[in-house]
Amino acid sequence: MSADTTTERRGFNPRDIWLIFGRRGSLKQLGILGALIVIIVVFQIWTEGTTLHPGNVINLVQAYSFILLLSVGMVMVIITGHIDLSVGSVAAFVGIMVATAMRDWGLPWWAGILLGIGLGAAIGAFQGFWVAVIGIPAFIVTLAGMMIWRGAQQFVGQAQTIAVPEEFRYALYGFMPEVGPATPYNNLTLLLGLLAVLALFFFQFRSRAKRKKMHAALEPLWVTLTRTGLVSAAIIWATLLFASGRPGTSFPFSGIILVVLIALYTFITSRTQFGRHIYAVGGNRRAAELSGVNSRRTDFFVMMNMSTLAGIAGMLWAARAGAAGPGDGTMWELDAIAGVFIGGAAVAGGIGTVFGAVIGGLVMALLNNGLQLVGVTTDRMQIIKGLVLLVAVGIDVLNKQQGRFSFIGAMMARLSSKRAVREVSELSPSQNTDQN
Amino acid sequence: MAEKSSYLLEMQGITKRFPGVKALDSVDLAVRTGEIHAICGENGAGKSTLMKVLSGVYPAGTYEGEILYRDEVQRFSNIAASEQAGIVIIHQELALVPELSITENIFLGHEINTMGVIDWDEARHRTVELLERVDLREDPETPVKYLGVGKQQLVEIAKALEKDVQLLILDEPTAALNERDSQQLLRLISDLKQEGVTSIIISHKLAEIEQIADHITIIRDGKSIETLRVDGTVDEDRIIKGMVGRTLGRRFPERSSRVGDVLFEVRDWSVQHPLDATRLVAKNSSFTVRAGEVVGFAGLMGAGRTELAMSLFGQSYGVKLSGEALMHGKPARIRTVKDAIRAGIAYVSEDRKSLGLNLLDTIKRSIVAAKLGRISKSGVVDELQETRYAEEYRQELRIKTPDVETGVDTLSGGNQQKVVLSKWMFTQPDLLILDEPTRGIDVGAKGEIYQIIRRLADEGKGILLISSELPELIGMADRIYTIFEGEITAELQAANVDQETLMRHMAPMQKGNAA
Repeated sequence: MSADTTTERRGFNPRDIWLIFGRRGSLKQLGILGALIVIIVVFQIWTEGTTLHPGNVINLVQAYSFILLLSVGMVMVIITGHIDLSVGSVAAFVGIMVATAMRDWGLPWWAGILLGIGLGAAIGAFQGFWVAVIGIPAFIVTLAGMMIWRGAQQFVGQAQTIAVPEEFRYALYGFMPEVGPATPYNNLTLLLGLLAVLALFFFQFRSRAKRKKMHAALEPLWVTLTRTGLVSAAIIWATLLFASGRPGTSFPFSGIILVVLIALYTFITSRTQFGRHIYAVGGNRRAAELSGVNSRRTDFFVMMNMSTLAGIAGMLWAARAGAAGPGDGTMWELDAIAGVFIGGAAVAGGIGTVFGAVIGGLVMALLNNGLQLVGVTTDRMQIIKGLVLLVAVGIDVLNKQQGRFSFIGAMMARLSSKRAVREVSELSPSQNTDQN
Repeated sequence: MAEKSSYLLEMQGITKRFPGVKALDSVDLAVRTGEIHAICGENGAGKSTLMKVLSGVYPAGTYEGEILYRDEVQRFSNIAASEQAGIVIIHQELALVPELSITENIFLGHEINTMGVIDWDEARHRTVELLERVDLREDPETPVKYLGVGKQQLVEIAKALEKDVQLLILDEPTAALNERDSQQLLRLISDLKQEGVTSIIISHKLAEIEQIADHITIIRDGKSIETLRVDGTVDEDRIIKGMVGRTLGRRFPERSSRVGDVLFEVRDWSVQHPLDATRLVAKNSSFTVRAGEVVGFAGLMGAGRTELAMSLFGQSYGVKLSGEALMHGKPARIRTVKDAIRAGIAYVSEDRKSLGLNLLDTIKRSIVAAKLGRISKSGVVDELQETRYAEEYRQELRIKTPDVETGVDTLSGGNQQKVVLSKWMFTQPDLLILDEPTRGIDVGAKGEIYQIIRRLADEGKGILLISSELPELIGMADRIYTIFEGEITAELQAANVDQETLMRHMAPMQKGNAA
């Protein structure tokens, strides 16, 4: 192959097929995506088609968007090398505060939402202060937070359930109205899907145009087209699915909030300086500091962001349930953390993606939903979720040790340490690959 | 060579490879029973690697060659196995637990016990005996963290004696010690020799080696060069000749004479140790670096070179007590690393893996990491520019990799160092502080690093070169400052200085012994 990468390659090269899925390194995430698809297919067959029924997918988004939201915040915390155990309690506390404020002070629904976001941020700033300024490990700070906010929630709510107003419910949980010509679908959902596809094409081709201008490496056109086509097909399929629910239903507002936030955080983590700092601090804190990264500031904002998202999650939940109650948010942190690790993040920090966390969160959500549909009780559900977490992370660990996972390879490595010597001597000549 | 049984240890044809580097290339080492055997060589020559092979840190199977110990082939699979055979290694970084007492440390891992219950009375009793043998007068209950480095070293030796050591390996035992503690330690090693303990000692302090060693094996670039008998005809020059082996002129690029105005000036810089308020790691240090000039910092390990450099680089080390730094003649307010980078200072750390790089990152992300702002607009990183710059540095510095998306953890030491250099060149600095820039990288890459340093200086940048390799300092620097215990002891023109002169200023009190 030519070393000159500045020109576009033409013609069909079967090896380029992999480029459809993005650059090297994203293949691992593809593995998780594959696992998700397997889970969907299994439940689809097991539930005799109920899993992918429009009614169920809409319910799935409404019921579990909070797990995905928490996973997105949590993956950033975990990449930085911390953990947040307080998210469930924070969500519950924000929920009850917002519900109380709207009932007792007569706050309108939008003011309630703003209050919830502000309160989450304030709690996050408080916890971030202890982590970043005082220097207490986040595990301890958020363990304390877990107790503090759970207690505060019960204190404020007097262990009562407090209802939230209808407008608040609608804004976070409701459906888009039926407008325009009478079709078997929800028109606004269709419009949203169309906009998503257009945006996808726009960004893919703008990136191509920019690369061309900068004389950067350009993938073959057919690769771009195939990828964009595949993703568009997925979007259109999902759009039709969500739009074809029973009349009066659509892609819910909670889903829109979720999609927007996922896009936003994907952008922040992969494209901004702040995102780079998160990975740098988590990967090697001292090296990051010696490169001019303010690690304490990074810690602070990551913790603050997590609690803000937890606050939003709490409000989503209260909107769905119609009220904020004492049992809200129990064990949410565990589902979120499990989702992040299933999504390929490393316990030691430095590794993980928002995309992976979302897929991991979806795995947890689908397990909850699917097992419920087939009538598996909570006791067995817990066991299955625990085992899925173990197996998923176990495969990931073996993956890292071997470079490529294979059970036989893993066993061979144990049997013979001579392998290492041979691999090393094979490695040496490759050091010179750019000579020709 | 007459009777084979006179050798306690024979290592034959030891070859050890790391990805991209042959650290040891069929090294031979033969140690007689009851002698003190010194191993000499430059940094990165392979001394420590050889000892790690011997002690089982690198288990049998990961290297080629044979280890004969007491006339038997040994295949140690870990440190426990080599200790079982009576081989104990004391590393440069001491392996004591600071919070535990002397007794607890000595018996850590092999406590005297009956069915898991420790007999502390017996342990304490034995500790008192051991401390007497190493001539350390301390309460066995004292936590190790309250002892100085010299005394900790003695605790390590006591620990080795407890394990019934036959062959004691000391890696740079006196590097962090002052003169008096060093002498005490050397005396102890000689005493142990009388008691029948064989020692292998790795040291840079040639005067000490001359003083106590019976034989010296010289290692250079991963090969064993020769074994000398210390009989009065061997002097430091002879050892250095073996260690360096080649003429210095060829190794280093020509100096250029275009040295400009004073670029960076430091006045009366004093820094306090971060944990020990009574210790100063830099005492009223003043020095200058001119544009286009390579200035060397020479000093023994622990002399305070790195500490001074890191303190100047945004106060990344210790507590600054006093002093002023001037950039281009103007006082520079540098309180954080960010300030330092903005002021045009770059610091290439001596510890590439734990301070220089995020090993999880790709080459291109590493290269732009210290000045993301240069390729960002309102906080958003332009990834195309990132790739472009990374490609530029890959070609300019000849980083050997198929592409810049590769993870830095897969690169060899030399190529990793090139990535670190790229990272700091990307910040467009005026002054580059290079701390041991060639540590642990092979000879070929070393030459390339020297070329890069030279080129940077020729572009008018100031270079502050910290190095433990004296030939490197003499070959690369225009001017050299020597540092001893936090103080600048001399300023020398590199063109007419030799290693001995440098050594004398790096360790002033050793003058008497060297003669």
